[in-house]
Amino acid sequence: MQHTITVLVENKPGVLARVSGLFARRGFNIESLAVSITDDPTVSRMTIVVGGEETVLEQITKQLNKLIDVIKVVDYTGTSVVERELAMIKVNAEPKSRSEIMQIVDIFRAKIIDISDRTFTIEVTGGVEKIDAMEKLLEPYGMLELVRTGKIAMARGPKAA
Amino acid sequence: MKMTGAQALIKSLVHQGVEVIFGIPGGVMIPIYDALYDCDEIKNYLMRHEQGAAHAADGYARASGKVGVCFATSGPGATNLVTGIANAYMDSIPMVAITGQVRTTALGKDAFQEADITGITMPITKHNYLIKNVQDIPRIIAEAFHIAGTGRPGPVLVDIPVDVSQAEVNYEPVTKVELRSYKPTEKGHPLQISKAAKAIAEAERPVLYAGGGVISADAGKELLDLTEKTHILVGTTLLGKGAIPETHPHCLGMLGMHGTVYANYAVAHCDLLIAVGARFDDRVTGKLDEFANKAKVIHIDVDPAEIGKTVRVDIPIVGDCKKVLAELIKKIEPRKETDWNKRITEWREQHPIACPTDTKEVYPQCVIAAAWELTGGDAICVTDVGQHQMWAAQFYKCAGPRKFLSSGGLGTMGYGLPAAFGAQVAKPGETVLHIAGDGSLQMTIQELAPAVQHKLPIKTLLMNNQYLGMVRQWQELFWNKRYSGVDISAQPDFVKLAEAYGAVGLRVTKHQDIEPAIRKAMDVKDVPTIIDFRIAKEENVFPMIPSGKGVRDIIFGEQKPKRRR
Repeated sequence: MQHTITVLVENKPGVLARVSGLFARRGFNIESLAVSITDDPTVSRMTIVVGGEETVLEQITKQLNKLIDVIKVVDYTGTSVVERELAMIKVNAEPKSRSEIMQIVDIFRAKIIDISDRTFTIEVTGGVEKIDAMEKLLEPYGMLELVRTGKIAMARGPKAA
Repeated sequence: MKMTGAQALIKSLVHQGVEVIFGIPGGVMIPIYDALYDCDEIKNYLMRHEQGAAHAADGYARASGKVGVCFATSGPGATNLVTGIANAYMDSIPMVAITGQVRTTALGKDAFQEADITGITMPITKHNYLIKNVQDIPRIIAEAFHIAGTGRPGPVLVDIPVDVSQAEVNYEPVTKVELRSYKPTEKGHPLQISKAAKAIAEAERPVLYAGGGVISADAGKELLDLTEKTHILVGTTLLGKGAIPETHPHCLGMLGMHGTVYANYAVAHCDLLIAVGARFDDRVTGKLDEFANKAKVIHIDVDPAEIGKTVRVDIPIVGDCKKVLAELIKKIEPRKETDWNKRITEWREQHPIACPTDTKEVYPQCVIAAAWELTGGDAICVTDVGQHQMWAAQFYKCAGPRKFLSSGGLGTMGYGLPAAFGAQVAKPGETVLHIAGDGSLQMTIQELAPAVQHKLPIKTLLMNNQYLGMVRQWQELFWNKRYSGVDISAQPDFVKLAEAYGAVGLRVTKHQDIEPAIRKAMDVKDVPTIIDFRIAKEENVFPMIPSGKGVRDIIFGEQKPKRRR
């Protein structure tokens, strides 16, 4: 089962390697990882999406908590969260297909952020499924490049991590 | 006070109460060794290989309870420490390893003798540091000792680039460590402790399972109080040996693969298993679904990640073993001896740990039993890894904690001699026995040189069967006697070798010479002694539960006539 784990860490060199090492050592592939600084400049926040056996993930979570540079670990699996991901997609946009693509962009409330004589670069934000869907619809036109930020997540309501 | 980073490092170590260091210098360590040259408070023991330095620091820590410190230079010096650090990590031994590093401007450029030692040791240290700013030295050293010595202890590595050692700093001692993300739980949850007390009151067939955590928490007294108040018998792990005196009638000896039959039977049949400072290692549990499968499990451990890691736990208690046991004792009613105790005693009588009665050959069990009798179990017994280690575990009954030092988790051959060195440095007045195999001894034999230099009277009892004996045993029992890669009969004359180093060398080839030789070694006070016991070549360690099997698959061993011990 897929887990979304948020890890608050000291904003220091080497911390990412410590965290990712715990997954690597057990042969777990991290599906997405987003890291950035938080409102406190000494703290970074990682959002890790990973799949794997429950008991092993539980062990990894405990081991994460043991890392000296890890301040807090929250496993969002099964809790109510808002989650977003951003993607940029460079897609073929021949004159005859341009209006179709623009309609798709419209429907998905995405944005065209760069344009050339043959391509559009589209920015889309949303849940993982929305981006997957958009990707699928744009595929027939010929996708040249795709980059996704990886999911970020926050609990709904007043509670903070 | 203005000084160099190297001087600030040495000051910080003195401030932590460090008295001895085991290490070897090198190019980037010269500033640090130069600062050490002026330091009267710290004595440097110059080892002959960095692995020896790490094991010596480990042996020192185990024997003394203090944090052991080792030094090594960058690159190969640091990588040579790796086995010793991994060993300390697996056995939760407090250690601070300090390595020199190439200058900060050369980091990551494949400079001469550069190795990314913080990267390499990330999975085998509790934490590690690369110091980029000289101002950080006092704080980081204080943090390193705090992390190494508290909670579940472990090794911490501090990597110091040579330009940082040479930079100037205004030194101020750091006495308080503030780490927002590191606060080990010491006090057990009262509700959980009450639940445990209730479970103990209700249990018919309880057993205590004590590990190295009892020793590192200095909880031996509490464990003894608990077993005496309740008459619950105690099986220990290899690292838990001596948690209570092993001659105590409540001590069942070691559990697991080569543990006593009665300890393993007790666990197999118990209805309540009380694990204290132990981690359900596969060498203890064997096949997991047959391990204590009728029992409720109470697990007391300072490390929350150990709870439920391999075995389902009914009543977890996270906290320092000493504190938790003290609270638990207050909440439990005394228990009397029961039929369950009698049943275990019967098993003990049926399957005693016994020496061979045959005196035609030198049997390792007899050697260790003789050493135990001559020392009363009061010597510090340091082992290497292999058959001799298991015989030592079975036949050397420790009189108390910190008397049995052995590489448990990592199983490092070559641990023994340097660890014995560290133990003898920590306890100069005590007898240090080093029980070795001929395979293990040759992996770190070079540490005999500093042992002679410092007049350390370590007594090495070499169980020489000219084999990598434990592998040979497995090949005999499970691999159709195909002795592939285990014959090490091409070996030096260990008596002459000892003499070449300036130590005393003795050889024993007859049963009747065992005791006189050990006595002779006991009389040597100013140099190490190696006794080359030419033991029965194909003697095996029994009882044995084959790897991955359960207690019903126990191999009792050859039915030779046995002498009870």
